[in-house]
Amino acid sequence: MERILFGDNQFFGVNHVSDEKSRAQAIKFKEDKTILRTIDIAREEGVNTFMCTTHDRISNVCDLIRLEPAKYSGFNIYPCMPYAHKYANAVTELGIVGTLKEYVPGNFFGSLFKGGLAFVSKDYMSMMELLIDAEMKMFKGINTPVIFIQNVLTDLIMGLGMKDILKSYHDYIIKKYNAEPAYITMNMPMLLDMLESVGIKNPIICSSINIDGFRMSGGKALYEKTLHEKQVRGIAMQVLSGGATPVKQALEYVCNLPKIESILFGASSRGNIHETVSLIKQFDEKRG
Amino acid sequence: MTRVALIGAGKMGISHLAILGAHPDVQVVGVADTSKIVTDVLGKYSNFECFADYQKMLDKTKPEAVFVAAPTKFHGSIVKELLQKGIHVFVEKPFCLNVNEGAELVQLAKLKGVVTQVGYHNKFIGTFEEAKRIISSGALGDLQHFLGEAYGPVVVRKKADTWRSKPEEGGGCLLDYASHVIDLLNYLVAPIDKVHGALLKSIYSGNVEDAVYALLETNNKLSGVLQVNWSDETYRKMSTSVTVIGDKGKIIVDATELKIYFKEANCPQPYSRGWNIKHINDFAEEVSFYLRGEEYSAQIDYFIKAIQGKVTNNKNTFESAWLTDSVIDKIKKTKN
Repeated sequence: MERILFGDNQFFGVNHVSDEKSRAQAIKFKEDKTILRTIDIAREEGVNTFMCTTHDRISNVCDLIRLEPAKYSGFNIYPCMPYAHKYANAVTELGIVGTLKEYVPGNFFGSLFKGGLAFVSKDYMSMMELLIDAEMKMFKGINTPVIFIQNVLTDLIMGLGMKDILKSYHDYIIKKYNAEPAYITMNMPMLLDMLESVGIKNPIICSSINIDGFRMSGGKALYEKTLHEKQVRGIAMQVLSGGATPVKQALEYVCNLPKIESILFGASSRGNIHETVSLIKQFDEKRG
Repeated sequence: MTRVALIGAGKMGISHLAILGAHPDVQVVGVADTSKIVTDVLGKYSNFECFADYQKMLDKTKPEAVFVAAPTKFHGSIVKELLQKGIHVFVEKPFCLNVNEGAELVQLAKLKGVVTQVGYHNKFIGTFEEAKRIISSGALGDLQHFLGEAYGPVVVRKKADTWRSKPEEGGGCLLDYASHVIDLLNYLVAPIDKVHGALLKSIYSGNVEDAVYALLETNNKLSGVLQVNWSDETYRKMSTSVTVIGDKGKIIVDATELKIYFKEANCPQPYSRGWNIKHINDFAEEVSFYLRGEEYSAQIDYFIKAIQGKVTNNKNTFESAWLTDSVIDKIKKTKN
């Protein structure tokens, strides 16, 4: 993985500390080509991996990328699935079964309701595989060497204790996409324990890691201990904890932690992208 | 370890179940749901014991506390049964569809002396908590007016009917979205006891309202406006905010941001004269397990701690939720 990954929250009005900023960003990135232009700026600054949710608009951005294969030949996307609000809003309106009917492709559910539950009950895993394939469709022809499950889903599965689902996801991503399965979570130490319990060693885990301890469930000390003592390929997100700590101080903290292979950040302007990238490089050099 | 069971594993039920499953002081003894697919998946991949019939679950597992996230129309009868058995109850919002039934449950809970809580999670969000502290301290001076708002993209086009389009089942924007805002206004400002006018508008739904507009008055004669619309797709998810203005300042608060204006330099620390902006990361308290927001874990933790006698149980009681139900009832009766 590259040391620095470019994120997508800013493109879709996702701001964890201000609804007002969210709206301003949603206005700025109304056009798909504005999104791609910002990705291009990140690439010019040396960040060649874009980590993004499987939002409908990413599908449009992928269409634009496919139009210029030469320009984007070495470019990587790390998909994060699913775009949870799509399903959450659907569950609110249609219920759980209604949502599955709407989103599981093909006539899978046709057979379910005709054949009754006995037919489907032995095969929830193929339903999951179909959902993954549906989300991955938009990236056809684009390099996706690492594929993530979004934190809402990872953490839900974890809380419910459904270890085998995490293992099935892991195996399917390797088998079908020849990619590295990875996980976003708000509960990194707990997830690492669970993954290890089903034989997944040294996994890629992306989680909030910041000097303020914001959204580090179980506490900052537990995270630091985990990074020092366990085997994990960490990705730090929310490193600026939503904009509260001075950038320099916040980045220095993360750059000096062990097992953090990559740092994920999002920004809308060349100035901010340049500043973040050069500060990370500077702190990495200092650390040696 | 507190022995907990769940009745109703829909969207909120599953979310509670995951948080309970990860809670260090909780043992989940059973899950009841009438949907075969839900109990089938849980039975297959989790370690929870599942039941189609909640009464069988209660008899067999003998829980100390039960989370009720079944459809609102069943809250009254299920909660009554639980209280009669002396079981602690956490029930999803809104509390009851019928105010008389709700009043009876408030009395019964008192009689039985059990811990009760309703899932109005906004009260566990740091920004709203800070707003409560500021408003209660009197720092805004004599209050003049308030505005409670919520917007979101639940029903943004005409679709097939679901329970959400059935008023008798608790569907509709008033019970689902507006209840949160009313509950928050009761808490932050003062209990609302008069409704001077209300509009319930259908936008895309056939049988229920998609927007609620109402003129309100609190028991200390403060006026306010309620404006709620769940058919607004300019919002990515539900966004709830409250504005309160007084003669010494004004506060605008939502789940992520707190904006306070003080007219004078004589204002509470660490604030100063003019605009002050604070964000959720200034207030969010660490939780041991996070899913969708600190508040969901915090409210469950509070309930469990209350059962274990570690905190006083005075947030989101049946009584406060019943007060919200009664304002909903007044809005329904006043609607033009």
